[in-house]
Parts: sequence; structure tokens; C-alpha cells
Amino acid sequence: MELLFASGIGTLVAAGVYLLLRARTFPVVLGLALLSYAVNFFIFAMGRLRTGLAPIVRDGVHEYPDPIPQALVLTAIVIGFAMTAFVLILALRANFDLGNDHVDGRVPEGDA
Amino acid sequence: MTLALVALLPLFGAALPVWLGRAGRDRAAWYAASVAVGALVLLVRQAGPVWEGSVVRASWAWVPAIGWNASFMLDGLGLMFASLILGIGALIVLYARNYLPTTDNLGRFYTYLLLFMGAMVGVVLADNLLMLVVFWELTSISSFLLIGYTTSAPEGREGARMALAVTGAGGLALLAGAIVLGNIAGTYELSEILASRELVLASPLATTAMVLILLGAFTKSAQFPFHFWLPHAMAAPTPVSAYLHSATMVKAGVFLLARMSPVFAGTEAWLWWVGGAGLATITLAAYWALFKHDLKGLLAYSTISHLGLITLLFGIGSPLAAVAGVFHILNHCAFKAALFMTAGIVDHEAGTRDIRLLGGLRRTMPVTATLAVIAAAAMAGVPPLNGFLSKEILFEEALHVQAAGVPGFVIPAIVVFAALLSVTYSIRFARDTFFGAEPESFPGHPHEPPRGLRLPVEILVVVCIAVGLMPGLISEPMVLTAAAAVSPEPLPSYHIALWHGLNEPLLMSVIALLGGAALYSMRGALVKAHRAALPRIAAKALYERGLAAVFAMSAGFTRALQNGSLQRYVAFLLGTAVVLGASPFLREGLPGLGPNRTPFDTPSFVAWTLLVVTALGTAIFHRRRLIALALLSTVGLVVTLGFVHFSAPDLALTQISVEVVTIVLILMALHLLPERTPAESSGSRRGRDIVLAALAGVGVTGITWAVLTRPLQTIADYYLANSVPGGGGHNVVNVILVDFRGFDTYGEITVLGIAGLGIYALVDGLGVGHLFPDRSELQDEDQHPLILGVIARLILPFALLVSVFLFLRGHNAPGGGFIAALVTSVALIVQYVAFGVGWTHRRLPRDFHPMIGAGLLIAGFTGLGSLWFGAPFLTSSFGHFHLPVVGDFELATASLFDLGVYFAVIGAVMLTLSNLAKLGMREALLAKARQHAAQETSEIDAQQALEDASFDYGEEV
Repeated sequence: MELLFASGIGTLVAAGVYLLLRARTFPVVLGLALLSYAVNFFIFAMGRLRTGLAPIVRDGVHEYPDPIPQALVLTAIVIGFAMTAFVLILALRANFDLGNDHVDGRVPEGDA
Repeated sequence: MTLALVALLPLFGAALPVWLGRAGRDRAAWYAASVAVGALVLLVRQAGPVWEGSVVRASWAWVPAIGWNASFMLDGLGLMFASLILGIGALIVLYARNYLPTTDNLGRFYTYLLLFMGAMVGVVLADNLLMLVVFWELTSISSFLLIGYTTSAPEGREGARMALAVTGAGGLALLAGAIVLGNIAGTYELSEILASRELVLASPLATTAMVLILLGAFTKSAQFPFHFWLPHAMAAPTPVSAYLHSATMVKAGVFLLARMSPVFAGTEAWLWWVGGAGLATITLAAYWALFKHDLKGLLAYSTISHLGLITLLFGIGSPLAAVAGVFHILNHCAFKAALFMTAGIVDHEAGTRDIRLLGGLRRTMPVTATLAVIAAAAMAGVPPLNGFLSKEILFEEALHVQAAGVPGFVIPAIVVFAALLSVTYSIRFARDTFFGAEPESFPGHPHEPPRGLRLPVEILVVVCIAVGLMPGLISEPMVLTAAAAVSPEPLPSYHIALWHGLNEPLLMSVIALLGGAALYSMRGALVKAHRAALPRIAAKALYERGLAAVFAMSAGFTRALQNGSLQRYVAFLLGTAVVLGASPFLREGLPGLGPNRTPFDTPSFVAWTLLVVTALGTAIFHRRRLIALALLSTVGLVVTLGFVHFSAPDLALTQISVEVVTIVLILMALHLLPERTPAESSGSRRGRDIVLAALAGVGVTGITWAVLTRPLQTIADYYLANSVPGGGGHNVVNVILVDFRGFDTYGEITVLGIAGLGIYALVDGLGVGHLFPDRSELQDEDQHPLILGVIARLILPFALLVSVFLFLRGHNAPGGGFIAALVTSVALIVQYVAFGVGWTHRRLPRDFHPMIGAGLLIAGFTGLGSLWFGAPFLTSSFGHFHLPVVGDFELATASLFDLGVYFAVIGAVMLTLSNLAKLGMREALLAKARQHAAQETSEIDAQQALEDASFDYGEEV
């Protein structure tokens, strides 16, 4: 299971990195979103994989998942949303102002 | 503590003259002089114990964790230098008051001067080596300002830049040397470093530290081959040259040599480096001084030569050499400052400093001429003046230097030759200016200068004579006290005297004096030989070529890296991350893996397959944007399922609601962007990216796997144990967010709010701030599905109820402010989707900034509330309450904080969405306007129509 989880994160990173390197803004936003998933999963995994538990304190229960990575990731998800939204609007603004959605603000001639 | 004040008084006092100057130049001058004299008085009152050979120290903790102190110390050397800096500084204040044009109110000048004075005093009184470096840099900067004081003169600016570049570079070397030395000695306190000579010299890095420190000293003291900046710095106003380039700043270098002498002097490396630089500088600079036509240029090269002499003396490193070095510093200050001031007077009154245009000035300015002749004689080392005394000791010491492989007569011969040249240029300075035939006319009208201009020269010349005649009485205590602080060995009993009997040094002096005079008489032939035979060593040209090369290199570097392509930057960044991430493993080998801890199950495998397929699909189909987005949302759903499966209900709730908001947001944006991405990457570019992506993916997989199979050491036990008794909540994740780490959360919702405002600003910049249609026919033209509308209306109250439920139970069960806010936002977004922007806008708050602010205020005041009860910021408290119908329940102030989170998150999310909606509306308006203007073909009309349309909708603004 650990290998499965790790390779899942690795796939997210690979797809995210590839998209991050594209020339248009929209794929870059998608890439950032994928990287956010990966990073959140990675931080979350620092508490190790536990199934069938919950970080809710109850009498008689002695086994809990690690709540610290969870708290970290919870805010990270929300901040990640804010970042995605900001980059997205930035991309829109660039498209309006520059008339194209290339990441450099201008479509290079010939060179790709 | 008064000790620090000696340096701090001029430093902080520097702030005032700028203002005082407006009230008149005299007021600024009196003020600056009183600061200098005041600091001098403070210094002298501190100095009592120093005369008995002890050191006064004052120290404050600076960075106590690593043992750094802000510490000052006053020993003999520091006392002598500080007195010189402050004493001559006061004279310069007076001189500058009379020298600089009356149109200048002097405020700025005195500010720079005091700044420089404070920095210099700081250098000589600092005990902490790093503090010394800081003050050192401060002298470079303030001298830059002073040299370039006449901002209209291009040569002033150029000279200032050159001085800053050379001394600044030396300052960097000095910093490096100080750090190396501090590491060797284990302390940055100079007083301790000076006492640990054996420890330092035993280190293999001792020479490195020494050479780096010497680079700092040589650049500052203009030693060969770094001498070239000093003549160019002569573009400074003469008071600055007299102060910085005779008495103080260039002496900082030799001060540093003296300071470091107890540690390094006497070693072979020290003798070669310091002695060698000194010897080369003495002779070369003295030779160049012969051919300078500018009075100040001549003095500049002679200064370099004399600094070389002092450097040589400290390089020799014997106790008597230390005495001579210290003594010559004093003497050189006196006669060179007097000579610079004289040059300034000549320039001021005769209108030129060019020796070829001057002559016979003794007739019109006899007093000045007398003063100049005496000062020049002191420089030449004519008995019974002060320069003669220190030169005698130099000759004596030069005779005894033992340098391996150098015949015994070489060094004395070079020293005598340099002294001979020094006599020649001294005669040239005095004779060509004040004697001989008077030229037909001067650019100015030569006459005796005003009293205030001459008084400082008179004082200095009297010092020259008095020291020469009565060295034992006037200078001996100071010189011996200072030399004791310099010499690595104890000083023998020694008396400075005018007459030591008929001995070799006296003979050398006679040779120098006679030879110099003879050389002067043959100067015509000499100039011819100089022009014909010797190639010019154009240090300045070398410097400029070097500078141009550095500029070209950095420009080329920038062009290579910074070509404007974001893709290239990102590739560099990621490539670097991959390389840096992989390098420890390549060095140390791969980490071992532990056993798999969690059993494998089929549903997980299915989810994994889905994740891999959709993630890769997003990348593969990214050109068809809608499909890519659909795939991305599936990835988000799998991630949510992952959180569910791995015991994180809060995260699952957050992720699913963020997912909805994000996808809606991207969909709305997609409406305004091209539908497809053109295929424009070349095959090789794609190949490179795939390799990079694969490397990153494999790396992250490996690291994650390695971590996951290791035992867990967590600090979570504390939170689990204290969540209920300390935080009053059973949901540990929520208690961490709103209580244990509440301050972090407060920061995070602030960031969220700022992101929302940033988005608002970006959209507002497009000029859509006023697009809030009240009766938007535009949006109502769209057909909205009836069933969706009905369901959306039905859902809204329930969704709000759910969000309230999630909020209230959040402290004890999955839920909380973040999740409740996202659920509320989703419910509102559904209304947008179902009824369109115009309809929804009419029913929602106009803008959401106040909600972000309210959320932050609620959270902030909740935190501050705990201060009221004497507890730290954001301390929570809770209690159990009983209500008749509801029953027992628990209420925590943390819930109030969570309410702040709730509002801030809703505000940020809705602000983002409503602004995106505004953008969409702008597009629609633009399209409509284009339709209207369809008959008229020009784009300008379309813009006009857009403005009209906007105006129609903008009534309410």
C-alpha cells in the first residue's frame, strides 16, 4: 500500500511538472493544481497511512491518526485554493491586457 | 558606557547639520565643531587607565545566543587614532567653513563629515571584529559621499565610484578574513583574539585570514597595486582630501595592520606580504609624485608613499619599528594635513593648483609660504622637524631587517632611495609654488587667506616644530603607549630624541637630503628620461578594463539566464531542485526501505488506477482544456477518497468543497480563455519536459516511500492528550487549528483575505468596478434550466443549515469554520450556476471585502480578549452550560475564533467568484457592444459603445 500511495503522489508530481512547463497559462494553472494535490498528500503522509481511525478523542479509544499533518493540510488546501484562484485571475488579466495567453506575454515567432 | 558615546556622538549627531544648515552655515559649523570637540573631551576623560597600560572596555550583549557582543575597547592605539580623528576633524570643520563657497550652507557637508568621523572612531574603538568591519564599510560609504560632494563635477563622481569600488571590494575581503579569523580564535572579541597569537598561528587557515585582512588594509591605505584610486579621489573638495586622504581614512588601513600586528607580526608571511607591499609602494609612489603637476596629485602620491613607509614599518614587526610606525602616523597626519590645506589655500587664492602655472607666491602670501616650507621640510625629513625623527628610526630599523634570501643592503638602499625621492618632491612642492619667477598672471588674485583658513595650518605647523624639538615631552607618552598595543613583544626602554649621535641613520639622512636636492636640480633631464624610457603603468586603465569586463560578464550571464522565457526559468528551477534533491543520495547511497505497514486492498488499487489515469490524462489532453479540467476534477475526487480512506474526515470534507469551488472557478475562467492550447512545443522541448517530469515524479515517489516505511516519531501525543482538557474539544484537528496553533490559522486567513483583495485589484484594474447591472437583460437572455433552478432554490436553505451544523459541531466532530464556510460558498455558487450572474448579484451583498474584514476582526478580537483576562494572545477558555430545551452543551471562545475564520473564508471565496463573474460580464457587454456597432466597422466605435453600455449599467455608482 505504501508503494501504491507513494507512486500515486509521484504521478501527480510528474503530471504537474509537465504541465508547469507548458507555454500557455491554462495548463500551468492545471499543473499547479496537480502539484497542490501532491504536496498536500505528501505532507499528509508524514503522519503515515492509517485506516479506519479518526482524530476525534473518544473514551476507550487509544489509537488515533496523527492530527498534526491533518491540521497543516487542512489550511494548505484552503490556501492552495486561494493561490489557484489568484494565478487564474492573473492569467485572465494577462490575456485581456496582452491579447494572448502565452506565459511570456507574447507568442514567440518560429521558436517554440 | 561613555566609551561607546565617543563613536556614537558624531554618528547620531550627523542627523542634525542638514537642518541646521538652513539656519546658516555658521550655526552648522559651530555645531559640527562642538560635536567633534565634545567627543574628544569624552575620549580624554576615559583615557586615564590607558596611560597606565590597561584597556578600557564597554560591552553589551548583541546576539547572546552565539556569544556576540557590541563591544568597544580603548587601548593606546585606539586612543591615539581617536584623538587624531577628532582633533584634526575639528580643525577641518573650521577650515571647511572658510574654504567652501559661501553659497553652500554646509549642512549636507557637515552631516557627511560627522558620519565619517563617527565611523572612523568606531573602527578604531571597536572591540568586536565584526563591528569593526561594519564601521569600516561605513567609512567607505561616507567617504564616497564626501568625495562626490560636488555633485556637478563628473570627475568627482567618477573618483567617488572608484574609491567605493576599490575600498568596498577590500571591505568584502576584510569581512571574509574577519570571519575566518573569528572562527579560528573562537571569538570575535578583538581583545581576546589579540591575546591568542599561538592559537591563531597554529591554524592552517592563519595565512588565508591574514591575506584577506591585508587585502582590506591595502585597498584602504592605497598600497600598490591598489593605489590608483587615491589620486582620483583628489577630485574631492580640499577639506575632504586633507581629512580623509591624509589624516584618517587611508590611515584606517595602517591602523588595521597595527591592530593585527600582535597576532601576525614577526611571521615570515607577514614580513613578505606587508613589508613587500610597503617597499613597492614607497618607491613607486615617490617616483610618480615627482611628475605630478597638480599640487593635490603630488600630495596624493606622496601620501601613498608615506603610507607605504608605515606599512613597511609594521611589516618589519620589531618593537622599535612599531614605535616608528606609530610615530610616523602622528607626524604624517600633522604635516600632510597642513600641506593639503596649504594646497587648498593656494587653489583658493591663486585660482589654480597646477604647479606649472604657479611660482613666486612668497611675495604675495609670505605667511602661507613660510608655513608651507616648514611643512614640506617636515615631509622631507629635515631636522629638527618631526618627520626627521620618525624617518631616523625607520633607517635604523631598515638596517636590521632579516629577510631570508635578500642581501642585507637591499632594503636600506631602497628606503634611502625613497627618502631621497621624498626630498625631491618636497622641494618641488615648496619651491615651484612659492619661489622662483612669478608668472605673468594668475587665474585668481593671490593674497593671504582669511584667518580661519590659515589657523588650522598654523596649529599643525606648530605641532610639527614642537614635536621635532621636544619629542620626549610632547609625543613620547602617546607614541609609546600606542606602540605597546601594536608590538607583539614588550617594548624595550626607549626615548625618542632629536640627537642620537653620529650614526648610520644620520648618514643615511644626509645622503637622502643631499641626493634629493641634487635630483631636484636635474629635474629637467629627469622628466625627459621619464617620458622616453619608462612605460606608463596605467593602473586606472587596467581598473577600467577590469570593470568593463565584469559588466560584460554579468550582462552576458543575465542574458543567458534571463531571456524572458518563463518556461526556461521554471525548467532551471525544477532541474536544480532535482539535482539538489538527488545529490545526497548519489553521495550517500539510496536509503533503505522499511516494511510495508498498511495491507494492500483492491478498492485502493482501483482508486490508484483512476488517479494515475486521470492525472496523466490531464497532462496528455491538456490542449483540449475542458476535457483536461474534467479529468482534473476526477483527480480531486480521488484525492478526497484518499483522505476518507486514510482516517482524515476533516480533510475529506475540506477537499470536496474546495474541489467544487475550484472547478467552478476554473470553468468560469475557461469561458474567458481560448478553448484549446495550440500545439507549439517542439518535440525536443517536450522530450526535455517529460524527462524532467519523470525525474521529479520518481524522486518524490522514492522519498515518500522511504518516509512511509519508517517508524513514526510524532509530537501528536501532546495534542491528543490535551485536546479535551486543554482545548475543550474532541476533534483534535479542529482544536489544533483554532486553539493550539490559532495564531498560525490567524495568519492563514489573513493570507486568504489578501489573496481575495489581490484578485479584486487585478479585476478592478480592467475597469469593471462599476459593472453591477440592476436590471440585467443581458444575463436573463440566457436560458437557465428550470429543474436546476428549482432544485437550487430548494437546496439553499438546507445547505446553509448543513453548514451551520458543520460549524457548530466542528469542535468535537469533523467540521469547523473552514469547512462550514466552503459549504456555504458552494451553496451560493450553485445559485450562480442556476440563475446566472445578474440575478444572483442582485440578491447578494454588493461586495465581500467587509466580510473578510469582519472575519479577521472577530478572530483578532477573540485573541485580544484573552489579554483582558491576563492570558497570552489567543488563549482559549471554555465552559459547560445548560439550557432548558437543548440540554448540557459546551461553549469555547475558540468557537468565536472559528466564526472569524468562517466569515473570512466566505468573504475571500465569494470575492474571488464575484470578481470573476464581473469579468465574464465585461466580456458579454463587449460582445453586445460589438453587435451594436456591427454596421460601423471600426474598433474605436465598439470601444465607445462599450463605454456607453457601461454607463447605462453604472447608474448606481
